[in-house]
Amino acid sequence: MTPQTKTIPVLTIIAIIVTIWYLCVVWMNAPFVYDQAERAKVEPPAFSELVSITMAQERPVLPAPHQVAQELWKTTGAMALKGKPFSKRSLIYHTWITLSATLLGFLIGTALGVALAVGIVHNMAMDKSVMPWVITSQTIPILAIAPMIIVVLNAAGISGLLPKALISTYLSFFPVVVGMVKGLRSPDAAQLDLMHTYNASKSQTFWKLRWPSSMPYLFTSLKIAVAISLVGAIVGEMPTGAVAGLGARLLAGSYYGQTIQIWSALFMAAALAAVLVMLVGWAHTYVLKRMGEKPQGAIA
Amino acid sequence: MTLVIAALVFWLVMWWVNQRLVAIDTGLNVGLARSINLLVPVIFGITLFVMWELIVRGLEVPFVLLPPPSMIGARIASSLPTLWADFQQTFIKSVISGYILGCGSGFIVALLIDRSPFLQRGLLPIGNFVSALPIVGVAPIMVMWFGFDWQSKAAVVVVMTFFPMLVNTVQGLAAANHMERDLMNTYAASWWQTLTKLRLPAAAPFIFNALKINSTLALIGAIVAEFFGTPIVGMGFRISTEVGRMNVDMVWAEIAVAALAGSAFYGAVVLIERAVTFWHPSIRSNQK
Repeated sequence: MTPQTKTIPVLTIIAIIVTIWYLCVVWMNAPFVYDQAERAKVEPPAFSELVSITMAQERPVLPAPHQVAQELWKTTGAMALKGKPFSKRSLIYHTWITLSATLLGFLIGTALGVALAVGIVHNMAMDKSVMPWVITSQTIPILAIAPMIIVVLNAAGISGLLPKALISTYLSFFPVVVGMVKGLRSPDAAQLDLMHTYNASKSQTFWKLRWPSSMPYLFTSLKIAVAISLVGAIVGEMPTGAVAGLGARLLAGSYYGQTIQIWSALFMAAALAAVLVMLVGWAHTYVLKRMGEKPQGAIA
Repeated sequence: MTLVIAALVFWLVMWWVNQRLVAIDTGLNVGLARSINLLVPVIFGITLFVMWELIVRGLEVPFVLLPPPSMIGARIASSLPTLWADFQQTFIKSVISGYILGCGSGFIVALLIDRSPFLQRGLLPIGNFVSALPIVGVAPIMVMWFGFDWQSKAAVVVVMTFFPMLVNTVQGLAAANHMERDLMNTYAASWWQTLTKLRLPAAAPFIFNALKINSTLALIGAIVAEFFGTPIVGMGFRISTEVGRMNVDMVWAEIAVAALAGSAFYGAVVLIERAVTFWHPSIRSNQK
């Protein structure tokens, strides 16, 4: 499927979603307007008026898309123009906090995942004993433990970036392990036999055959891993008392009923996720090209 | 210090046992091979718990940081009613209802857009994109819309499980190849007949994949949503309040329950999958 054939349908769906959103804005915010009118003992506004009122409330049940966009601009672009892009009220600052925890966790998680995968592939006992527990570890709702890890590490004097990063690590190592085990085992018997006839040592087989052929699997897993470590970082920010970061913005927004702030943090998180996944995608294509391989179905 | 050394020795012994077990040549003895495959991870797990216990006690790690497993076990035994109430609130009410609604609606929407390639081309990239988003973030919004009780948690679970189900079902419905579809055509099978007799069975592995992913997502969604406000019961509520009171053993007890529930849920889906898609190569290869 070429990109051209996708663009129009995707845009159509987005247009439909935005339309439904606007309809919902009127529908969900209208009760508040009627309520106000009743309390003020005045006639409820006519429909045309109602529409514009519902889209300009300060704390709407559902903010209109343009309100969210305005808030986003106010807290990013406008702050940057004023020359203080990293003030505490700017969303750029909070995004950066979240991003740094995400990246640190992602790096540790990837390293851990690759190391485990190498062990699993080379050691039968590790394969049989560790692999089931790696899978079990993911059926545990780790995000539930997030506040606990944060608070406990805080009590132990470790605060700031690392606790959040650890949650990201825990979430992101799993797809890497699974993908890498699959990837390191992907060379078929004929290729392994060839290495054998060359009298290649274990490490030579690893670096010249197993490692290169695992690359497509690695990058596919990395895409999942980076998205999930962002989730980990955001949830990790919630219990620390809502100090800084996108998760803290979400929590603060929900305490004070600032719906527009919640939505703008949510969209920022979505944009961040999209950018991160895209970057990994680019690295994927680049590495495969350098390896002289045609990028194919493995790219999702 | 002796306890730590004991832990290390225990680990080495168990590791050696596992190495020996794996090295046994089972030949054609299926029963033996199976029990070894079961025994090895169990030994590994026991080793982990024993080392945890011994090291925590040996290094005198403060219990606030990391309580030993025996203490957590005692706590679970002594507060079963509370744990059961939390489990009911979070798992039975929020997770199960949200899971059924989310997976069901994802499945139905996938069937509805099945006849329109246009909508499919539009929805698939968006669905894929949304699956990568931090959707748990909608939790505060849902709590605002649907109130503090379990309905808002179920709503979060619905939103989280909907898209993986949609994307996987759409992909699964496209899995049957042209030859098979042509055969159905020559039988003059209607769209409905083709769907129930060919395409849904072919889509089953994809659908079960989504069900498995969703089983863990659902529990996470429900627990995280409870951080944003709940009545005074629920696993997420208990975790966040007991952390505040530094009752770490209670938190770990709750986590153990969550882990058990999560694993059981996942395991149940896997069992159903094995029964339904018994014909699939990935399952048949396990049975030989």
